[in-house]
Formats: sequence, structure tokens, C-alpha cells
Amino acid sequence: MINYIYPEYEIIRNPDKCISCGVCVRQCANEVHENINKTNKVICDDSKCVNCHRCAVLCPTRAIKIVKSGNTYRENANWNCKTIDEIYKQAQSGGVLLSGMGNPENYPVYFDKILLNASQVTNPSIDPLREPMETRVFLGKRPDDIMRESNGKLINNLPPQLPLSMPIMFSAMSYGSISYNAHESLARAAAQLGILYNTGEGGLHEDFSKYGKNTIVQVASGRFGVHVGYLNAGAAVEIKMGQGAKPGIGGHLPGTKIVGDISRTRMIPEGSDAISPAPHHDIYSIEDLRQLVFSLKEATQYKKPVIVKIAAVHNITAIASGIARSGADIIAIDGFRGGTGAAPTRIRDNVGIPIELALASVDKRLRDEGIRRNVSIVVGGSIRSSADIVKAVALGADCVYIGSSALMAMGCHLCRNCHAGRCNWGIATQVPELVKRLNPDIGSKRLVNLLTAWRHEIKEMMGLMGINSIETLKGNRLMLRGVGLNEKELQILGIKHAGE
Amino acid sequence: MKRVYINEKWCLGCRLCEYYCAFAEKRHEYNNMALALKDTLISPRIRVEEYGDITFAVNCRRCEEPLCVKSCITGALTADGIDKDRCVSCCTCILACPFGAVSLVDNVIKRCDLCNGEPLCVKACPNNALVFEDRRCV
Repeated sequence: MINYIYPEYEIIRNPDKCISCGVCVRQCANEVHENINKTNKVICDDSKCVNCHRCAVLCPTRAIKIVKSGNTYRENANWNCKTIDEIYKQAQSGGVLLSGMGNPENYPVYFDKILLNASQVTNPSIDPLREPMETRVFLGKRPDDIMRESNGKLINNLPPQLPLSMPIMFSAMSYGSISYNAHESLARAAAQLGILYNTGEGGLHEDFSKYGKNTIVQVASGRFGVHVGYLNAGAAVEIKMGQGAKPGIGGHLPGTKIVGDISRTRMIPEGSDAISPAPHHDIYSIEDLRQLVFSLKEATQYKKPVIVKIAAVHNITAIASGIARSGADIIAIDGFRGGTGAAPTRIRDNVGIPIELALASVDKRLRDEGIRRNVSIVVGGSIRSSADIVKAVALGADCVYIGSSALMAMGCHLCRNCHAGRCNWGIATQVPELVKRLNPDIGSKRLVNLLTAWRHEIKEMMGLMGINSIETLKGNRLMLRGVGLNEKELQILGIKHAGE
Repeated sequence: MKRVYINEKWCLGCRLCEYYCAFAEKRHEYNNMALALKDTLISPRIRVEEYGDITFAVNCRRCEEPLCVKSCITGALTADGIDKDRCVSCCTCILACPFGAVSLVDNVIKRCDLCNGEPLCVKACPNNALVFEDRRCV
């Protein structure tokens, strides 16, 4: 049977503007654009286009735009075009559908249904340009009590802390899933900003050991690249139990990407698939997790905080409560919109729960149980702006992880084809001529710009609420009101409805 | 002296520099690149050289003692520019330039003039492969 799926996007080339310079031809790794033989004319094969906008952005005369193609099946509220196409694809291939980046489906975004408070008349707002504002946070376990020597001097019983200039960190993206230059951009930006980036489970490239102070090293189920030097190279160690984009399943970096430095960094032979198992095979209970937490603490002389990262799932409160008692210093929760280099589409789009609800309920549960001080909470999974950060902090987060927005700062246009390995922006690829498209000088500068702007906005928003320290905002749910939310949602979020 | 330098590590071979160079020549006539370059064959003063995976742009290196100037038989070519009226199109400068950065178009010699101190090729480079900076000789 002929299996033809009409291209999802069409490239519209304005013939009056096109000067046939061929930049689009040379820049498209998917070989969409092509010079017609012996003429200056360029034609496009829409079926190969992933809508990454590389050609549209680089076209010097702005002759190219990409639009959704109008081809549709007979209208059906139940069977939409995408669903039908996916059935055709699977009927042809017999394979699992793969996708990149976060869940794009139309689920509620609770951040967009929460509004912030502002000071008026009776309580003064603060002008951040004139008065000091504190955005610094410290992540880690807080001491249970104040201890003093017999002469009254304070005993420093503070467990290891991570100081951050603002409540933002770059979330885990492995070397392998993203390129060397993308990693270097993240590392350099983190060092410049006084925050942390995360190695992901791909190990730490030897060139980046100099950014150790700004690095979180991750230990995931595949244990790739883990050795005692690695654990001690960073500022903190993260145990990855789950990922928001694909809770409950492992990872698979195809052997074609395990080349050269990646193979050395991951400590596996070239060309072999890097398969991370779904569970950690040594963790089947909180007690087992505790053993790993303390093994890692032992290996790092109890000098580095241990983070446990989990995906936001239905029983998140009970799981978080267990983790808070496991000896971990920080819990990182990844919401169902979290990104990924590759995940089965069905899992990415249907598993997990929204981070806003998970965060609110975990914060409440830990407070109720009197163990909130045992851990800091870091949340990720589609933090899109400084407003999301302010709302997350007010819901109880100590800090947020940003992944997708950081990638976008480096050039990502969210075409969601990371799994294809031919990223035209030099991010999710290991092809040398594509990797070089991301110059870390530019990448790191843009990341620094983004977070500097966000930090400025956070200060403005704190100022208008009359708050001059981010710690005062933490868990301050009175600063939030919901709009268009039902009783249950408001109850879980622990906020009032607008007007109340 | 500030020169245009190429960091070949970051050159993508997109050739935007070539087209912006061609546009720079016509900027006083057109303010729009599509109008300026539509249906024309460009002869830019910066050229992207390619060999396998390696690409890099080459333009006038601004030699301390320019061989092109030295070789000019009429004195039309100086370090600063070209006197088009005096150029007799003998092409000796093209033979003399070790970088191939001088060319003959419409019977007149062309060489990079740094766009009056703001080279458009550098501005247009999407990956900072071209930079305009002062690197003193070591």
C-alpha cells in the first residue's frame, strides 16, 4: 500500500526576494532545499522539513517563511489529523513513535491560571533600582537545632549547602544528548552567573572539570561515566530516579552517537548503545535509596549535597516524603512537561502530572510532617519565564531547573526533532559540522543575557509585592490567586481564588 | 590596526559574508538586499574557501607592506584605496597578492575597503567566525 503522509509544514519562498544565495541549501541538514541543476533556482522538499527555522532565520533577504500546510482529512472531533497520521506511520513502520522536547499537548498550564499580588496604599512596594533586593538562595538540608559550645559559641552544624546567585539552575542534559558546544555554553554561563549546570547522565567531559564549582554531577540508572573522581568533581551529586518527559522508563542513546569523546566520557565502547535501565537495579525501596545516598556521601566525604531527582507522578507526596527521610539534601521534581532528547511519544504525552500541583502538594506534605527543613525543593518541567519562577517559589520551591528555555536561548526553535540527531542549531547533534554551528561564545552570552533579564524581572516582581528577599517569598501562597480554577485545584495548590 | 580575522573553527561555510560584501558595494544605491542582488552574479571581495570539511573566508589581509601596492605600475593602488581613473587593469596586483584577495571586475581592481571601519561581513556572520579586531603581531 502507498503510505503517503502530506508534509506538516510548507516552505513558502518569496521569488521576488530570493536572490538564490544558497544559504538555505547549505544550512539545512535535512536537505530540504536544493539548487535546480545548472540554474540559480532553489526548490524545496517540504516532506523533509522539520520546521526548525534555520533557513528562515539565516535567509539574508527574509525570503523564506514556514507555514502549516493546509492539507487535512475530513473533519472529525475524535480522530484529528495528527492521530490519523500517527496510525499510518505505525502501520507502516511497526515501531514506537519517538519525540523530542516536552509534552506539547493541550493540558492545563496552572502557572497561567495563577496571578500575583501587588502592594497598594497600605503596604509599600519596593523599587529594586533604589533598594537592595536579595535573590541569593542556598540549597541543602537545614540544621535541626542551634548547637552551642559550653562558652556559648555557636557550633557550625550546617550541612553542605549550594549557594546560588538566583533561584535558577540549568537542568540535566547529558553530553551525548546535547553537543560539546552546548555543554560548554551552559558551563560557562553557569560559572559567570554563579549558578549550577548539570552533567546529566553522560559523565563529565575532561575539558569541563574546570567548571566543577558550578557543576552538578548526575548518577543515573546506567551509571555512565561515574567514578570517584567524577563524583568529587562537581559541587553536588544528583541521583536521577526519573525524568518528567518519560517517568518510569530509562534512556537509550543510540550507538551511532557513541563516538570519540562521548564514548570516553561515558566509559563505554564506541558504537555500543548506551541503555539506561528503567529502574536503578539496586533501588527498590526508600531504604535502598538511602544506601545509595550515603554511598555517594561517603565517596564525597559528606562535603557535597545529594540531590534526588524524580518525575512528578501520582504518589509524588509519599515518594517525596520518603526521599526527605532518606538522607538526601535536595529533592528535584520534574513535571510532565519536562523536555527530553528522545522519548516514546505516548509516554511523553500521557504520563506524569503537572509540576505546579506536584510542587504544592509536596511542599504541604513535607510541612505537615515537619520535615520540610530536611530538604530543599527544586522544580523543573517547563519553567518558561521569570513569572513562572516567582509563582513556583511562592508555591514552595527553593529553586527551579530550566532546560528547554536554556536551549532556546542557545538557538533551539523547538522543532522537537532532537531524536533525529541532525539538529540544525548545533545543539542536539554530534555531527561535527553541525556541532560547530553553536559557538559557545555566543551561546554562553545569550544564556547570561536571558538569566540576567529574568533576575531583573524577579526583582521587579518581588519589589511590587513589597518583598525584598526571595526567601521571604518562598511558600508565600498568599501572594497567589487562582483564576478559572475549581475548588479541588485551589485546594491542592493551597491558594485562594481571585477576588477572595 | 584592526583587521578582519577568521576563526575557521566557527566558519559554517554559509557564505553570508560573500553576499553581505556584495550588498555593501551597492548600499548607496539600494537599502534592500533583495533589490540590490536580485538576478546578479556577485563578485564579493571576501571569498569562502572550501576544502573537505574545512571552510574559511579570505579577504584582504591588510599587509604591513602590501605587495599589491608595491607591484602597481601606475600608482593607482595604495594601502588605503584604489584610484579607479589611474587603474589600467594590468592585473599585476592580482598576480602579486599572495592571498588572492584582489580581483578584477568590470575592468577595475577591487579589494576589501573594510566598509569604512564597519565591515558588513563581520556584522552578518552568524557564528562569530569573522571578527574585526586589533591583534598586534607577536
